[in-house]
Amino acid sequence: MSSLLPQLTAKDFASDQEVRWCPRCGDYSILAQMKKVLPDLGIPREKFCFVSGIGCSSRFPYYMNTYGFHSIHGRAPAVATGFKLAQPDMQVWVITGDGDALSIGGNHLMHAIRRNIDINIVLFNNQIYGLTKGQYSPTSPLGSKTKSTPYGSVDNPLNPLSVAIGCEATFVARAVDVDIKHLTAILKRTAAHKGTSFVEVYQDCNVFNSGAFYYASKKGEKEDNIVYLEHGKPLIFGKDRDKGVRLNAHGRIEVVELSSGISEDDLLFHDENAEDPSLAFLLAQMRHPEFPEPLGVFRDVERPVYDEAVRSQVTHAREQLGEGNLDALFNSGDTWVVDE
Amino acid sequence: MSAVDTPSAPEGRQHEQVDTVVVRFCGDSGDGMQLAGTQFTNVSAAFGNDVSTLPDFPAEIRAPAGTIAGVSGFQICFSSQDIFTPGDEVDTLVAMNPAALKSNVADLKRGGTLIVNEDAFEKSNLVKAGYDKSPLDDGDALAGFRVHRVPMTRLTRDSVEGLGLSQREADRCKNFFALGLVYWLYDRDPKPTEDWVNAKFGSKPAIAEANMRALKGGSNYGFSTESFTVHYEVPPAKLAPGKYRKITGNEALAMGMAAAARQSNLDLVYSGYPITPASDILHELAKFKHFGITTFQAEDEISAMSAAVGAAFGGTMSVTASSGPGICLKGEAMGLGVITELPMVIIDVQRGGPSTGLPTKTEQSDLMLVMFGRNGESPLPIVAPATPGDCFWMMQEALRISVEFMTPVVILSDGYIANGAEPWMIPRIDELTPIHVDHPDSANTENGFQPYLRDERLVRPWVRPGTPGLEHRVGGLEKADVTGNVEYSPDNHQHMSDTRLRKVQGIASFIPEQEVNGPKSGDLLVISWGGTFGSVRTAVQQCQEAGKSVAHTHLRYMNPFPKNLESIIRNYKQVLIPELNLGQLAFIIRSRFLVDAISLNKIQGKPFKVSEVISKINDVLAN
Ligand SMILES: Cc1ncc(C[n+]2csc(CCOP(=O)(O)OP(=O)(O)O)c2C)c(N)n1
Ligand code: SF4
Ligand SMILES: [Mg+2]
Repeated sequence: MSSLLPQLTAKDFASDQEVRWCPRCGDYSILAQMKKVLPDLGIPREKFCFVSGIGCSSRFPYYMNTYGFHSIHGRAPAVATGFKLAQPDMQVWVITGDGDALSIGGNHLMHAIRRNIDINIVLFNNQIYGLTKGQYSPTSPLGSKTKSTPYGSVDNPLNPLSVAIGCEATFVARAVDVDIKHLTAILKRTAAHKGTSFVEVYQDCNVFNSGAFYYASKKGEKEDNIVYLEHGKPLIFGKDRDKGVRLNAHGRIEVVELSSGISEDDLLFHDENAEDPSLAFLLAQMRHPEFPEPLGVFRDVERPVYDEAVRSQVTHAREQLGEGNLDALFNSGDTWVVDE
Repeated sequence: MSAVDTPSAPEGRQHEQVDTVVVRFCGDSGDGMQLAGTQFTNVSAAFGNDVSTLPDFPAEIRAPAGTIAGVSGFQICFSSQDIFTPGDEVDTLVAMNPAALKSNVADLKRGGTLIVNEDAFEKSNLVKAGYDKSPLDDGDALAGFRVHRVPMTRLTRDSVEGLGLSQREADRCKNFFALGLVYWLYDRDPKPTEDWVNAKFGSKPAIAEANMRALKGGSNYGFSTESFTVHYEVPPAKLAPGKYRKITGNEALAMGMAAAARQSNLDLVYSGYPITPASDILHELAKFKHFGITTFQAEDEISAMSAAVGAAFGGTMSVTASSGPGICLKGEAMGLGVITELPMVIIDVQRGGPSTGLPTKTEQSDLMLVMFGRNGESPLPIVAPATPGDCFWMMQEALRISVEFMTPVVILSDGYIANGAEPWMIPRIDELTPIHVDHPDSANTENGFQPYLRDERLVRPWVRPGTPGLEHRVGGLEKADVTGNVEYSPDNHQHMSDTRLRKVQGIASFIPEQEVNGPKSGDLLVISWGGTFGSVRTAVQQCQEAGKSVAHTHLRYMNPFPKNLESIIRNYKQVLIPELNLGQLAFIIRSRFLVDAISLNKIQGKPFKVSEVISKINDVLAN
C-alpha cells in the first residue's frame, strides 16, 4: 500500500494556521517532532485525527493539517472514544495537558485507559495551568508557589505514570520536549501500539513555570538525573555511565556505583513486556532528585482492544442474525390484525 | 365503566358488555405487579382492545417489604373505543397487601370492585401500612366498594402443591393467581400469557407449571365461587385497519433509531450512562447490533455526550439519552455540538426534579433546561413526542432534522410515555421517510475545502473524516464563517450567533404546520405538549361534546414552533396551557406571543386526570 502513497513530509502535516504559543514554549518542539514522525508511518494524511481538550497544549490540532477536534476541557478522551467508534480505521491522537487530563478530565482518562481503546494519549506535563495564566496544577510539586498558591501548594501531586499504570495501561512511556531524537522514537512506538498508548512529555512552560524540567533536559545536568529505559538492558546512567539502578533485598530501588564489586549483571534489567505492572510502577516512583528519572517505554503489553471488540460484536451479530431487517423487527413479538 | 347491554352468562351469572375498563394491580415491589400489568396489557392488546397503561413503581428497588414506600402499581385502561389515557378512576383494584390498599384505594371508583389478598392482612403488615385495625373488618372503611376478600396466598400454595417448590417460590406465583382471576372477570384469553410463561421458564419446568397452575387457579376461583356475580366483556376496539403491536415509548425510540439508521444507510453510535427512566433505551438498542448500531455505556453523562459529539464528527448518526440530572451534566458538551454544528440527538426522558427528585415519576419540567440551559446563545431544535408510539416517528424526525440541518436536536420524552404502552400500527417500510445524507467527497471551493461554507438554508457540509483532501479542524472556540478558522472579532461573533439562531429558526419551514382539533376560532384554545396529549385531548373532546367553544392544539415541535402557531393563538379569546410543571411552556408562549395565557400546573409525579383538565376548562370559560 505504501508504494502507492506519495511520500509525505513534515510540511504536508502543517496547517495554514499561525502557531501561537509563547516564545520558547516546549509545545513547539513536540509539534515539530509529531510532524516529523507521521510521514513515516505509512498512513495517508486523511486517516489521522487529533483530538484535544482545553489548554495551551490543546491548541495542537489547529496546527496539524489532519482531521482535528479542539473539544472542551478534560473531555478529549471521551470525544476521541466516540470518534474512534465511528471511525475505527483512523489513527486517533489525544493531546492533553496536566490539568486537562488529570484534574477536570481524570475520570475520562482512567476509563479510556482501562478500556484499552486504540488511541494515543500524549500528556504535555508542564506542572502548571498555562492557558489560565499560572495556577498550580495536579502535578505541581508540593510547596509550588503560583498565583493561586502564594504561600506554596499544600496538596500532594499526582504522578501521571502512576495513574496510567494503576489503570493497567498497556503502553506507558515518558519523554522530554527538547530531547528530540528520543521523543521521536517514543512517538513512533506510541503510534505502533494497539490499544491505549499513554505518553507523558515533560514540557517547559517558558512563561509560568520556566525551567521546571531543566534537570532532565539541560546538557551537563541531565546525564546524572535521568536514566533511559531499554528493553532487556540494565539501567545504567551518569555522565560516565558509571552508575546503575538495582533492586535491593527489600525489593526497593537503589542507586549504585558501577565499580567496586558491582557489575552490570547485578543491576535491574528492564522488561517492558512484563504482564505484571509492578516493575513499571516501581520505575515510575523514581523521582528527582532522589533518583534518576526513567525516560522511555515503561510498559508495552498486549490486551484485547475495546474498539476491535465492539466492532467484532457488530460483525458477529450481522453474521448470526443477518443484516438488520426493519420489517422483521417491527413485527417481532405479539401482533394482531384489525380488519376493515 | 359504562354498560352497553347485559345478556346473561351461560353459568346463570350476569354477563355485562362494557366499553372501557380501568384495572390496577398493586402490591409490594416483590409481588410481580409490573409483570401482571404487562401481561394483562399484552392479552388485551392481542385481543384487539385499545389500551393505555400507567406503570408506577417505587424509586427504591428494595424498599422494606410491606411498607407504603415499597408499593408498586400498574394501571391499564382497555377499551372497545379509541382511548388516549390510562383512565382517571379505577374500576377494579387488585391490592396484594394493606400498604397497597392504603395508597391506592382513593383512586377506586365508588361502587368499584376491590379484590384483596386477605392472607396479607395480618398484624405486622397492617402496622407497616399504618392501619390501627384491618380495613377489611372496619365496616366503614371500604363501604361503597364491592369487596372480594380472596385468600390468595393460601390458594396459590394449594394450586402449586406437589411441584416441589419452596414456600417462597410458591408465594411468588401469587401474581399469576391474581392475574387469572382478573382474566376470568374480564373474559380475557390467557393464551399469550401461557406462551410467555412457557418461553420464559422453559428451562425450569416446575416453575412454568406452577405459574400455569396459579393462573388457572385464579380463573377457576372466579368461575366457581359465587362471590363474583358479574362477568364482563370488553369487545375489540374499532381501531384503524392494519397490523398492530404493543409498544412503549422507550421501545419506540430504539426502533426509531434502527429505522433512521437503515433509511439513511449510516451506522449509528449510541452512548449513554444508565439512569431511570431512560436506561431501557440502551437495553433495547444493545440488541440491535445487526442494524449497524454500536452502543457505548460511558463512565458518566459528560462522557456520553462528548462521545456523541465525537461520533458525529466521525460521520455516523449519533444519539445519547438521559434524564434531567444527566442532561445537566451534558450541558457543556451540548454547547460544543451547537458551535461545531454537528448532527446528533439528545433524548431527555424527563422525571421529577430538581436533583435526584422523583426518579420513577413523570414530569415535564426540563423544557427550560433544554431550551436555555447552556452557556452563551445556544439555540437548538426540540421535539416532543405525544404518545409512546409517536416516539418512533419523532425519533426519526429528530435524526432527520439533525443531519439535514447540521445541529444537535433534543427529544423531550417523559417517564409516562417512556414506560406507558399503547397499540401501535406497524408501519410499512415504504411509509418511512428516507433520510438523505450527503457526505462530500471533494472540495467545495476552488481554494480548497471550506468547512463553514453554508448552503441556502445556512447548513454547513458534513464531511466523513478519512476523506482525502477535506482535512479540517473544528472546536469549541468561535469560528470564522466559511473558513472555520478560530476568530474572535466582534462582528464575526455577532454574525455567527445570529446565523446559528437563524438556521434553527429556519427549520420552521421544514416541519408540518400546527393542527387544531375543534373550532378554528372561539372562546378557548388549550395548548399542550409532549406526554399530556391523551388527557388533554380527551378533556377537550368531552367539553366540545358538552357544547363548549373550545379547541385543542398539541405541540410536538417545541423549537422552532410551527410557523402558524401564532395565527392560531390569535383566533381565540383565551389560551389555557396545562403542563406537568410550574408553567414553563406558558412562560415561553407569553413572552414569545405576548398573550395572557393561563396555566394549569400539576407537579405530583403523575399525569393529568381528564377531570382535572375539564374542571379547569370550565373555570376559565366561566370567568
Ligand atoms: C469547564 C472549564 N473550566 C475551566 C476552564 C478554564 N481552563 C482552561 S485551560 C485550563 C487549565 C489548563 O491547564 P493544562 O491542562 O495543564 O494545560 P496547559 O495550558 O498547561 O497546556 C483551565 C482551568 C475551561 N476552559 N473550561
Ligand atoms: S503559557 Fe506556557 S504553556 Fe502556554 S504557550 Fe506560553 S509557554 Fe507554552
Ligand atoms: Mg499544564
